[in-house]
Amino acid sequence: MGLNMSSSISEISKEVLLDMYYKMILIRRFEEKVVELYRAGEIPGIAHGYIGEEAVAVGVCSALRKDDYILSTHRGHGHSLAKGIHPRYLMAELFGRKTGVCKGIGGSMHSTEPEVGVIFSSAIVGGNIPIAVGVALAMKMQRRDNVVVSFFGDGATNTGAFHEALNLASIWKLPVIFVCENNFYAISTHVSRSVAAKEIADRAVAYNIPGKVVDGNDVIEVYKTTLEAVERARRGEGPTLIEARTYRWLDHGMYYLGPYRPKEEVEAWKQRCPIKRLKDLLLSKGIVAEDVLVNIERRVEEEIEDAVKFARESEEPDLDFVKQFVYVR
Amino acid sequence: MAAREITYVQALNEALREEMRRDERVFLMGEDIGIIGGVFKVTQGLYEEFGPERVRDTPISETAIVGAAIGAAIAGMRPVAEIMYMDFLMCAGDQLINHLPKIRFMTGGKLKVPAVIRTQYGLYRYAAAQHSQFYPAFLMNIPGFYIEVPSTPYDAKGLLKSAIRDENPDIFIECAALYRIKGPVPEEEYLIPLGQADIKREGNDVTVFALSYMVHVALSAAKKLEAEGISVEVVDPRTLNPFDKRTLIESVKKTGRLVIIEPDHKTAGVGAEVAAIVAEEAYEYLNAPVIRLAAEDIPPPFSPKAYNAFLPNEEKLINAIKKVMKYKR
Ligand SMILES: Cc1ncc(C[n+]2csc(CCOP(=O)(O)OP(=O)(O)O)c2C)c(N)n1
Repeated sequence: MGLNMSSSISEISKEVLLDMYYKMILIRRFEEKVVELYRAGEIPGIAHGYIGEEAVAVGVCSALRKDDYILSTHRGHGHSLAKGIHPRYLMAELFGRKTGVCKGIGGSMHSTEPEVGVIFSSAIVGGNIPIAVGVALAMKMQRRDNVVVSFFGDGATNTGAFHEALNLASIWKLPVIFVCENNFYAISTHVSRSVAAKEIADRAVAYNIPGKVVDGNDVIEVYKTTLEAVERARRGEGPTLIEARTYRWLDHGMYYLGPYRPKEEVEAWKQRCPIKRLKDLLLSKGIVAEDVLVNIERRVEEEIEDAVKFARESEEPDLDFVKQFVYVR
Repeated sequence: MAAREITYVQALNEALREEMRRDERVFLMGEDIGIIGGVFKVTQGLYEEFGPERVRDTPISETAIVGAAIGAAIAGMRPVAEIMYMDFLMCAGDQLINHLPKIRFMTGGKLKVPAVIRTQYGLYRYAAAQHSQFYPAFLMNIPGFYIEVPSTPYDAKGLLKSAIRDENPDIFIECAALYRIKGPVPEEEYLIPLGQADIKREGNDVTVFALSYMVHVALSAAKKLEAEGISVEVVDPRTLNPFDKRTLIESVKKTGRLVIIEPDHKTAGVGAEVAAIVAEEAYEYLNAPVIRLAAEDIPPPFSPKAYNAFLPNEEKLINAIKKVMKYKR
């Protein structure tokens, strides 16, 4: 893992750093709330938490312009918030309300808001990767300089879709960045039992594109590596595969699926909390005073409360309402 | 017959265990089926008993799972592959549709493919459009594999054992909403022949053809209507291919009225085929138009309010039965 967090921070503006902190706290508190509301029966369906992985979504999205695109997955709340979806509309979607990003029709796993660059989220593992390639193809054909990020997990790199998509993106030199969030497990299955490559980033070799491993709990490193990939893509030099190593603190979804990870492993990763790392860095480098961060935390608490209230008070769609959206009429 | 009651999941688990003990060519593969015993716990304890050779956790590679099941089957094994959700069957579409049901035929009968592909669909899980699909009629439209749709623990066990022993490929479709229901299952071994419908309740006035989960809805409706003097016969096809026309036709001949209830889409659904069979072969016995109750012709919506209305239910069934009862001979 190349860059060292503290050495490279000086080139990043305070504004960007504070926004990173804000987004990471926003995701953390949002997800904590989701768990609570899910257990209370207020959020229906299935949902997957992003706690512990915040630095990946935030590091990547901080390196993008608002008009760049991302495609997300079943574990997508963090991506959506990092790219700029307002927590109100995401929370309302999780509640299945008309005011949600997908009008309550999509739920947790399909968050989409093209206005802020969240162009689509798929719950089929690997499903968004070829679609990201298509979005990038459109950018190229329309001579736009926007780039596209496809987020996916380690497990997704075992799908045929992943391999076909990387090959196509490479031969056509498309402006797409493949961001693999390697949290070491696909549900219960550890990468050592499922991925034949030594490192997921090595899979890039087969497609003749750069493959980079980053510490996915280091938001600065994720950010810098993504910036390089973005520049390469904008120059028309084609895709990059980034493997961000991180860890999910929660179970796969909202249910406990049995013991498949050693407790010590989970605890050790919690010690490497990406948010605490950024906070310690900001304070130790004297970039901000603690009260600035406390204010951010307070602001986030208020935003989450507001989002929940907004969701609760919103109307549910009925069958006639949802029927309008099958076809373009 | 020993009067013990076990759940649908336990019944499936027993079927797998017994067949693996009986025939060492039988082995399992699928995502997360091993060390955690499956996300729905159908394979619980089998990894411990049979080990990693015969209970194989796979990567997220549906094409390879179905394809490898085909390959192992033509080379003398008895694979039982699990596809976690029915929605993901289509990730293996090529192996599933272009290979699995065609190989025996196009090799002039030189090969056989005794593989079982187990999968499940859920109801009332509010998991949105990519995790709630049930499309049995699409599969029924493809000749070359058998399709089981058990509705009770007894049927689940007997049909799965038969499917494993059968020389043909099988798509075995479980219903997750039934996993926790209990029912009588004898201690001693039994098999259920493929292609035999079951009259789940006898009656004289109306035949209700009920598919999978809807068998339970039909039984409950039948009980209520009995108090009103309406005698309902409930026909459960149990397998869609082979399809037991005779039981259906005999029932319609007796009652003269047919209502179909199915949790798949209405257009070109299973009920469309059933209605067509009755129109062709028992037209002169019908006293009333056939009524089909099915899921709406839209993808499954997330919002619980819309989703609940999307499915047929007991109230709709009771109304339909009362409607056909108004037609006299
Ligand atoms: C094609 C497909 N197969 C299986 C699943 C069920 N499933 C949902 S998430 C998941 C694990 C995904 O692991 P990974 O890609 O590493 O992402 P993570 O959940 O760890 O973020 C599986 C198997 C699915 N959604 N799609």
